[in-house]
Amino acid sequence: MVGAGIVGAACAKELAEAGLRVAICEQNGYAGGGATAAGMGHLAVMDDSDAQFALTSYSQSLWRELAQELPAEAEYLACGALWVAADEEELREVERKFRFYQNRNVPAEILDSKQLAEAEPNLRAGLAGGLLLTADSVCYPPCAAGYLTKRAAATGGNIFFGKKVTEVSESGVRLEDNTFLTAGLTVIATGAAAVRLAPEIDVHPRKGHLAITDRYPGFVRHQLIELGYLKNAHSTTADSVAFNVQPRVTGQILIGSSRQFGVEDAVAEGPMLSNMLARAIEYMPAIADLSTIRVWTGFRAATPDNLPLIGARPGYRRIYLATGHEGLGISTSLATASLLADEILGRDSAIPRSPYEPSRSVAVHA
Amino acid sequence: MNEVDVLVIGAGPAGMAAAMRAQESGARVAMVDDNWSAGGQIWRGVQNSHTRTPAGIRMFWGTQVVARGTAERTLLLEDSEKAFELAFDKLILATGAREIYLPFPGWTLPGVMGAGGLQALVKSGLGIQGKTVVIAGSGPLLLAVAAYLRKAGARVKLIAEQATTKAVSSFAFHMVRYPMKVTQATALKLSLHGVPYLRGCWVEAAEGEGRVQRVRLRQGRKSWTEDCDYAGIGYGLYPNTELAALLGCRLRTNAIEVNEWQRTSVDGVFAAGECTGIGGVDLSLIEGEIAGYAACGDTARASRLFGARSRAKRFAGALDRTFRLREELRTLPRPGTIICRCEDVQYEKLQQMSSFRAAKLHTRCGMGPCQARICGVATEFLFGWRTDSVRPPILPVRAGSLITRKEFQQESSITR
Ligand SMILES: Cc1cc2nc3c(=O)[nH]c(=O)nc-3n(C[C@H](O)[C@H](O)[C@H](O)COP(=O)(O)OP(=O)(O)OC[C@H]3O[C@@H](n4cnc5c(N)ncnc54)[C@H](O)[C@@H]3O)c2cc1C
Ligand SMILES: Cc1cc2nc3c(=O)[nH]c(=O)nc-3n(C[C@H](O)[C@H](O)[C@H](O)COP(=O)(O)OP(=O)(O)OC[C@H]3O[C@@H](n4cnc5c(N)ncnc54)[C@H](O)[C@@H]3O)c2cc1C
Repeated sequence: MVGAGIVGAACAKELAEAGLRVAICEQNGYAGGGATAAGMGHLAVMDDSDAQFALTSYSQSLWRELAQELPAEAEYLACGALWVAADEEELREVERKFRFYQNRNVPAEILDSKQLAEAEPNLRAGLAGGLLLTADSVCYPPCAAGYLTKRAAATGGNIFFGKKVTEVSESGVRLEDNTFLTAGLTVIATGAAAVRLAPEIDVHPRKGHLAITDRYPGFVRHQLIELGYLKNAHSTTADSVAFNVQPRVTGQILIGSSRQFGVEDAVAEGPMLSNMLARAIEYMPAIADLSTIRVWTGFRAATPDNLPLIGARPGYRRIYLATGHEGLGISTSLATASLLADEILGRDSAIPRSPYEPSRSVAVHA
Repeated sequence: MNEVDVLVIGAGPAGMAAAMRAQESGARVAMVDDNWSAGGQIWRGVQNSHTRTPAGIRMFWGTQVVARGTAERTLLLEDSEKAFELAFDKLILATGAREIYLPFPGWTLPGVMGAGGLQALVKSGLGIQGKTVVIAGSGPLLLAVAAYLRKAGARVKLIAEQATTKAVSSFAFHMVRYPMKVTQATALKLSLHGVPYLRGCWVEAAEGEGRVQRVRLRQGRKSWTEDCDYAGIGYGLYPNTELAALLGCRLRTNAIEVNEWQRTSVDGVFAAGECTGIGGVDLSLIEGEIAGYAACGDTARASRLFGARSRAKRFAGALDRTFRLREELRTLPRPGTIICRCEDVQYEKLQQMSSFRAAKLHTRCGMGPCQARICGVATEFLFGWRTDSVRPPILPVRAGSLITRKEFQQESSITR
């Protein structure tokens, strides 16, 4: 397993528990230091495509099981998510979403303007309503990844921290210090950095900004997202920001988020941050006075069809991919691990695997 | 937007000296300080020639620098009401230093604080009259604080200096070469008459019900307790380099690197005083003057102060050697001792971590409002870790302050 982000950690645990002898090579001295250290950790069920729904909802059921055993520092919080509709047009979208989720047995409720205000008193007055998804939750991704890594180790896995992989072949991996580790099969789970080891895949970094405040318990109660989010998020050309705020177990408020293509520099950019905070304040004016203690950035691994790459690397027999999770890798990590293990072990899967097969993405590219 | 020739950050001795010299050289000068009066750590609330701000210098009190501004040579500032940008031609950083706190069992009990911290509290109104106080830690600041508290009516039981008697007496020997220092030292000695000054001695633990009632001291093989109402414990000073780092100035060990003109590695940015290395008030004043002159291109007058600066620096070097922290202080924390106070992270959690970033991500150490200003220094001493990168905002800031008007307008076109 190359990479101990949330995806690599989840895959390592799953494969170790299935009886394989697993080793993880992680360049950092700890787990979860890549995109996993930056992500908001909203464990979401999404409706933007049937394949995305299948993966996110399957993964959510796995998260709910795992939550029973997660340590406190993984900060699992079953707060529900609220999609906020600003106007009548967006309210119609709420109704469409509601039917979508209802038809698939996902608990959902429509809130009118008044109910929305009661559910989230700090939202500005006059918003049209919202969709409450009660089963959504949030977590603290780095510690969740740390926990999964420990579980892999407890099942006999070897964790090699501080080991950067420079080359992956059918017989194993080469490390930066030129040592070669032989492996029966190798999984590339290095997030947005996967293109360095598998240059042919169509994965591009999409930068995001986040900000976190001091502790204001009760200020925000649900994971809040504006309905315009997908509209903005899935544009593959323009930079965008969206109102996306989250309550933390600590009482802090995590404020997101932005999306940028073609930027590789991790530096926090004033104008982007400014746009993002302005958007948040547009929806929640009182955020303007909250003390902000830290701002950071992270890179999502974006694919052309917004679906991850899970499974055999095209043209190879013993190399697998688990990357391309864009803004949903925390949510879909557990399902990713389960599908990958099914493929490797020749098991049947709970959901069809074909939408995530890496071969389809390469086809798009060609 | 405001426009000045020279902007000075920090109104302590170095900043005040720099501002006055720059103004003398004909520059339009502004100063920013997050406090409400001049003087910095040492002269806060004191009236003297260094704390009276000359007419003509624009003062921004109660104001903090939070980030770079939108354009080159601007900074984003925030006060209690608003955020604004200030444009400058030359910048002088005189951001001073903060006290070093090292964790030991009980150090988070109410009544235990830094030595300088206790002095500051008394200056701002804490009643110390008749209270029993133990002062401990390291460095000449301990003596000054003890003398101040005694004058304010405290019963100073003892001063515990962790450096050895040998080191401290050789330091005293060095001071003979600095007549000013000897007078100061003699005055201090008189005002501390009868207060034991224990060398090679440190606080191992603080104990008490709900607040400190006694501290456990160690001196060689000897260990005993002393009752007290307050314990002021400071292990010297650590340069404040966050703003410099944000601006891209090169650091040398833990201080801002400067050349003979007090210029940093970044064009147009100067630095003076404790943020360039701990050297005491005399060195800070001289460095401030040099920076003030040099920022205005007055190299003739700046260079006349080089000799005085080298003399003051030798004293600073002696300071550094004398009060080097001893190994035993690394062994004081117990498994349950809190190291990061913002996030209540205990020593045993950190012992399992390989670096500061590992600790931050997996234990929340350093993630609180102080952003590792305290625990970063402590974990550097305890584990040899370096804290991670400085990011804007360098201090907690109202979310609204990070929004610039121009972008607020652009924003709608982006998202709608
Ligand atoms: C701003 C932002 C907000 C987000 N919000 C959410 C959200 O709310 N919900 C959600 O589900 N997802 C969210 N995401 C997405 C989520 O964070 C990512 O999809 C997820 O963390 C990806 O995990 P990963 O393990 O694939 O990659 P990473 O976490 O990047 O892990 C890759 C690991 O591989 C290691 N590595 C890289 N190269 C090498 C090498 N050559 N050798 C050895 N090791 C290597 C890295 O050090 C790293 O530890 C967000 C992302 C961002 C940026
Ligand atoms: C749910 C959640 C809650 C969080 N809550 C808090 C919180 O309460 N307080 C808090 O302080 N943080 C919080 N964080 C943020 C977290 O601690 C880190 O800040 C985050 O991982 C981003 O890293 P950083 O900005 O601190 O970068 P650093 O940790 O400074 O650096 C990250 C890595 O990137 C590299 N790097 C940094 N800058 C650059 C650059 N310009 N170019 C190239 N490489 C660079 C560094 O070398 C390092 O390896 C939270 C994160 C999450 C996911």
